[in-house]
Amino acid sequence: MDPVENDKLTTTAVVETDEVLAPGQTYRSVSDRVSDMVLTWPVGIRWLAGLAMALTLLFILNIALGWVFTIGVGVWGINIPVGWGFAITNFVWWIGIGHAGTLISAFLLLMRQKWRTSINRFAEAMTIFAVACAGLFPLAHMGRPWLFFWLLPYPDTMGVWPQFRSPLVWDVFAVSTYLTVSLVFWYVGLLPDLGTLRDRAKKRVTKMIYGIVALGWRGSAEHWSRYETCSLLLAGLATPLVVSVHTVVSFDFTIAVLPGWHSTIFPPYFVAGAIYSGFAMVLTLAIPLRKYYHLEGFITMKHLDFMGKVMLATGLVVAYSYVMEAFMSFYSGNTYDRYMMMNRMTGPYAKVFWTLIFCNLVGPQVLWISKIRRNPWALFVISLVVQAGMWLERFVIIVTSLHRDFIPSSWGMFYPTRWDYMTFLGTLGLFFTLFYLFIRFLPMIAIHELRDLVHKTEHEKAAAAH
Amino acid sequence: MAKHMKDLKPQDAPTDLVQIAAQPGSARARFWRSVEEWEGDGAVEKAAAKEFPRGRVPNTGPGGLNRRDLLKIMGASAGLAGLTACTKLPPERIVPYVRQPEEFVPGIPLFYATAMPFGGVGRGLLVESHMGRPTKVEGNPDHSSSLGGTDVFGQASVLTLYDPDRSQTPSHFGKVASWEQFIEDLGNHLVDERSTGGKGLRILTGTITSPTLADQIQSLLNEFPGARWHQYEPCGRDAAREGSRLAFGQYASSVYRLDKAEVVLSLDSDFMFGEPGSLRYARDFAGRRRMTDPSGSSNRLYAVESTPSVTGSLADHRLQLRSSAVEGLARALASAVGVGGGGSSEPPTGVPADWIAAVANDLKAHRGASLVVTGDRQPAAVHALVHAMNQALGNAGQTVVYTAPLEANPTDETKSLKDLVTAMDAGQVRTLILMGVNPIYNAPADVPFLAAMQKVDFRVHLGLFIDETAAQCHWQIPEAHYLEAWGDVRCYDGTVSIIQPLIAPLYGGRSALEMLAILRGQTYASAHDVVRDYWQREAVAGRVTAGGAGFENFWETSLNNGWVEGTAFAPKQAAANAGAIPASSAAIAEGLELVLLPSPSLWDGSLASNAWLQELPQPFTKLTWDNALLISPGTAAQLGLKREDVVKVQVEGREISAPVFILPGQATNSLTLHLGYGRTLAGAVGTGVGANAYSIRTSLAPWIITGVRLAKTNATYHLVTTQNNHLIEQNGQRSEEESDAAFDRRVVRVGTLDEYRSNPEFAQDPPDMTTEAQSLYPPYDYSQGYSWGMSIDLNTCIGCNACVVACYAENNIAVVGKDEVDNGRDMQWIRVDTYFRGDLENPEAYNEIMLCQHCENAPCEYVCPVGATVHSPEGLNLMVYNRCVGTRYCSNNCPYKVRRFNFKLYSDWETPSFYPLRNPDVTVRSRGVMEKCTYCVQRIMETKIKAEREDRVVEDGEILTACQQTCPTEAIVFGNLNDPNSKVTKLKAQRRDYGLLRDLNTRPRTTYLARLKNPNPEIKG
Repeated sequence: MDPVENDKLTTTAVVETDEVLAPGQTYRSVSDRVSDMVLTWPVGIRWLAGLAMALTLLFILNIALGWVFTIGVGVWGINIPVGWGFAITNFVWWIGIGHAGTLISAFLLLMRQKWRTSINRFAEAMTIFAVACAGLFPLAHMGRPWLFFWLLPYPDTMGVWPQFRSPLVWDVFAVSTYLTVSLVFWYVGLLPDLGTLRDRAKKRVTKMIYGIVALGWRGSAEHWSRYETCSLLLAGLATPLVVSVHTVVSFDFTIAVLPGWHSTIFPPYFVAGAIYSGFAMVLTLAIPLRKYYHLEGFITMKHLDFMGKVMLATGLVVAYSYVMEAFMSFYSGNTYDRYMMMNRMTGPYAKVFWTLIFCNLVGPQVLWISKIRRNPWALFVISLVVQAGMWLERFVIIVTSLHRDFIPSSWGMFYPTRWDYMTFLGTLGLFFTLFYLFIRFLPMIAIHELRDLVHKTEHEKAAAAH
Repeated sequence: MAKHMKDLKPQDAPTDLVQIAAQPGSARARFWRSVEEWEGDGAVEKAAAKEFPRGRVPNTGPGGLNRRDLLKIMGASAGLAGLTACTKLPPERIVPYVRQPEEFVPGIPLFYATAMPFGGVGRGLLVESHMGRPTKVEGNPDHSSSLGGTDVFGQASVLTLYDPDRSQTPSHFGKVASWEQFIEDLGNHLVDERSTGGKGLRILTGTITSPTLADQIQSLLNEFPGARWHQYEPCGRDAAREGSRLAFGQYASSVYRLDKAEVVLSLDSDFMFGEPGSLRYARDFAGRRRMTDPSGSSNRLYAVESTPSVTGSLADHRLQLRSSAVEGLARALASAVGVGGGGSSEPPTGVPADWIAAVANDLKAHRGASLVVTGDRQPAAVHALVHAMNQALGNAGQTVVYTAPLEANPTDETKSLKDLVTAMDAGQVRTLILMGVNPIYNAPADVPFLAAMQKVDFRVHLGLFIDETAAQCHWQIPEAHYLEAWGDVRCYDGTVSIIQPLIAPLYGGRSALEMLAILRGQTYASAHDVVRDYWQREAVAGRVTAGGAGFENFWETSLNNGWVEGTAFAPKQAAANAGAIPASSAAIAEGLELVLLPSPSLWDGSLASNAWLQELPQPFTKLTWDNALLISPGTAAQLGLKREDVVKVQVEGREISAPVFILPGQATNSLTLHLGYGRTLAGAVGTGVGANAYSIRTSLAPWIITGVRLAKTNATYHLVTTQNNHLIEQNGQRSEEESDAAFDRRVVRVGTLDEYRSNPEFAQDPPDMTTEAQSLYPPYDYSQGYSWGMSIDLNTCIGCNACVVACYAENNIAVVGKDEVDNGRDMQWIRVDTYFRGDLENPEAYNEIMLCQHCENAPCEYVCPVGATVHSPEGLNLMVYNRCVGTRYCSNNCPYKVRRFNFKLYSDWETPSFYPLRNPDVTVRSRGVMEKCTYCVQRIMETKIKAEREDRVVEDGEILTACQQTCPTEAIVFGNLNDPNSKVTKLKAQRRDYGLLRDLNTRPRTTYLARLKNPNPEIKG
């Protein structure tokens, strides 16, 4: 890395601030800062090391999925009665993580929350990558994955259609719609920045590549006008999806008759949980990013504070759901539900359950303290704890409900195999590989929106001065 | 190789099977890698076995990936996309018959009556043959020995026929040899024998009841007057024979008439499982127990036993008692029912004081309609006491009849074997012919068979497998399976059945009859002619007649019926002489006793190579692929033993290591270990499975060993069960978690006869519990056409597992191996659930068969994303294998957890000898596909098509599911619910009919009839 450039990067923003944008930013400074991260060569050693680690994990995914496809899902620990294990746990977890991006970019856009500006781009990228990871699992967990297209309503010569009463079919629609809309929204949002990169790139090849993907963005007033309309429309389209996707995912469970699954509280509880874990993931990514790329001026204390508050709020919804779920199990008087809840709390998986309660309920209560919300490293730890907790939550819902259901003779246990762990770790590799490539080749913060923010901030200041 | 191949060619096998046999891998023509291996001292095999342990179905499970695989996977995973669709189908030419054999329509199975010898005694069978290939064994409904039922052994026998590990060519010193060489070699030896009158010739067989075989042996003994015939059956009936001799002064067989018995007392007997007449006894017992309405009556069963048995599971009063204490109880009971001279003694400890009096009163109150039986494991004195009791109770001639012995030559077989060993040891035996026996594995430990046998100059083994004994013989001759060879056999009541083969010997095997013919110099005599000749002589002599005049008629009728008319033994008048019963031998031994029992799956071990039986969950323990030392929870706690602890069982200087399994219902201080395991040469499936209990079995104490010591080791051994038995402690009360939940949830519903009479609705759900009317979807109208349903009577189900094996055979179910069973992936479509109720130390055990309930509102159906499981208008829950993509959601949502998933490729698509085994009407499932009970939809369709062609409706009883057909107690009834007169409709109309989990509104088509108990009011608790 060019020492001068490097020096410039390290000196521009070191001061922590409570505004949504550090003071003293100009149109030029924000454009320079963000685009330089992409256009500066060679790449840094830390980035390379990170990418190498991610690629190693990706390689593990390659082996694990290769083995699963060669031998069958029997290489995992699943069995009868526990027909779903890590794969579906991971699916729900990744889908949940994917929620924060769209929530931030679409929902908060409609709500005119300007603090979303500096985090929405990478949060959206995170969404897409998370959904990509999630999408692997329903495919890989199938007994005969090469027939996955049977879940799609294509004109089959036999006249056979998917079975539309099954929530798994709804899942296919919900997740693919979500992925499509998120991808389009993200790409449309990227266009002005891709134009900027094209204009600022010095090498011809780079110019050409960014020029092609910028789709001829010229920044004319007409472009901007259409861009704004398009963004709003897409935001309007994406916002209900934030709610619908995890609602549909929760139907995978609520539609079943299984005690521990068959519950009407699941849709709101799952959506809250998704946002909870999604924001945790945004924090997990944002805190190191702002540290190593010195973006404290853009991703400010205010952002961290807000995200901490969102986590606290959604965490409380989740906590309420846990309590109500347990209460209803006992209040219903249903033998199976009662046993299920007692088994969760005292059975073979009790340790997992209580760890989850600690991670999701007890631990995050420290977020009530403002100091904690403004301490990046404390937040970082909490975000990891919450994500672990949310993973365990899905594990507990899936495995403890299945392993002991109605007829006691069929009770069993689920023990994950090394292939279970490898598949899970592997998708982390896929996610971080994609993310490392993203932060290197695309602007991780929306430049044009930052410029807009600079404009608005100055405008407000000017208005205040008058 | 080419020369060997030519020699290998079987004479009569169908051409495709010739190819199978000729494949180097499957034939005994072996390649060698070193001189050591060629010489076969075993060191190489041992080293190889150590490195590549056999005895497990190959597993590619977790941990199955090595470096080479890893590289392959890495390469494969790169090129995965699109490659999966490329399957190249081999070219195949189909040639029609030029001349179609009579009655032989491709696709239409034929049924032939035959009989299966088991422990020497026959069971009448009807065998299904597809295109000349036997695929399924059924009981012969017209045969007195079964009335249509079969047991696990009969059902599994068809797999043994196609077992790829069968001996496939004659072998000489372990090397492939030809028949001609054998005949020549044998001839040379027999020339010498003939010159000395056969003084050095000995034959060892199992128990023989076959009249023709006995006649052949007799002829041979006439030709060689100095020769001797020895019999040894490892799980034989020496005690019963000796008991009859004690009581009657001569050998006699007992035939029970359980259809006439109101009160039955079983003294350590499992008379409904594994005995010669078991199938018939189970049928008759169930018939007396079946209740149609509360006003009906039921028989009453008292069972005294040291370990839970199939028979004991139906007991109204089950008394746990050490097997060694049963004799004391028998003496006390004998004196209580008025047997003089039996020598009364104090009742053994552990028997409640009022118990003996109450049982004796009950027996006496049902004079002539009661029955006392005892098991083969009890000593002769108990058998004699039982004969005396039955006589005193007026049962002789009523509920039990005595006949001539079934055995052609009844003898004390243990002594017979000992005599042979003595003679061999003394060097008197020069030629030893072993037919269908494996004494090196199963001779008592105090009979040094191997050492003695090695002194014999010329040893020939005729057997299905190259087993432990075959490996020590000069010649091993492949034996013809009973489905391949002509023969005859006597059944429990003396009835003779002609064994007619269903297929030409797959590997050119010879039957015992043919071996005897060869010994007599009739080298090319066929077994068919030998059997026919014998019966022709009998017919000419006027001893048998059937089917009108002429031998042809007799022969055709006998073959067609499956038995020879008029061969059942006439009842004999026999008076039991109680005075001849020896007085109590010794004081009841304190300390631990060990009871050795035939395995409920592998029997004496001869079935160890049968993977269906290995994987079969054993009754009560649900153990698969192992035997274990069964011990009661209390005794285990006292000895500080936990499940899976390996202990050394020490008896008189002999010891054996076995893992502990804690089983509620086991008598205190009584251990049980099943025989039949620990085989060292039983093919890929059976070798090295479990512990060999024969190694501590002695000729003096073949079944019950007292004075056993246990030495704990630090080792543990992983046991695999299909149903977890979690012993828990709650509120100071120890119990079994699953069973607690089962009764809490009313999965099993039990009432006494009195409860049923006072409240016939006791088994019904509370009215507010069922939510029949509430469904989002409109109800389907099932009132037209057929509407299939099933009723299972828990009051007659004995949990014998026959249905499970029948399902294996009928539905091409895959075997997954121990590791995969451990992973919870057993593939059985029907299972026998066992629950215990009451005190852990003295529980009641209940069996419940569980299979697809064919819910009308099936939770599996609406969650399948591709519609691979759908409902038929007749109420069947169908599984469309080729539409299934394997999401497993259906299984998750099945409240009964009866669905089974092919997590890997479990079906064996490779082994050629399994191709003809498969039922051609049922798909062989591939990897990634869900499967489950179909109510044998292939049978339903076949019969429906037949009825449609004949323009009529299917009659009740015309369709039998495989489990129903095999059930010895007729506990399973299937039929059309729209027919008000069908058996199943009437059963479901009974007020003790209940459906499982009806509160989920699944509306199961399979329902259960609640279990009823008929306790003696005199016995408290």
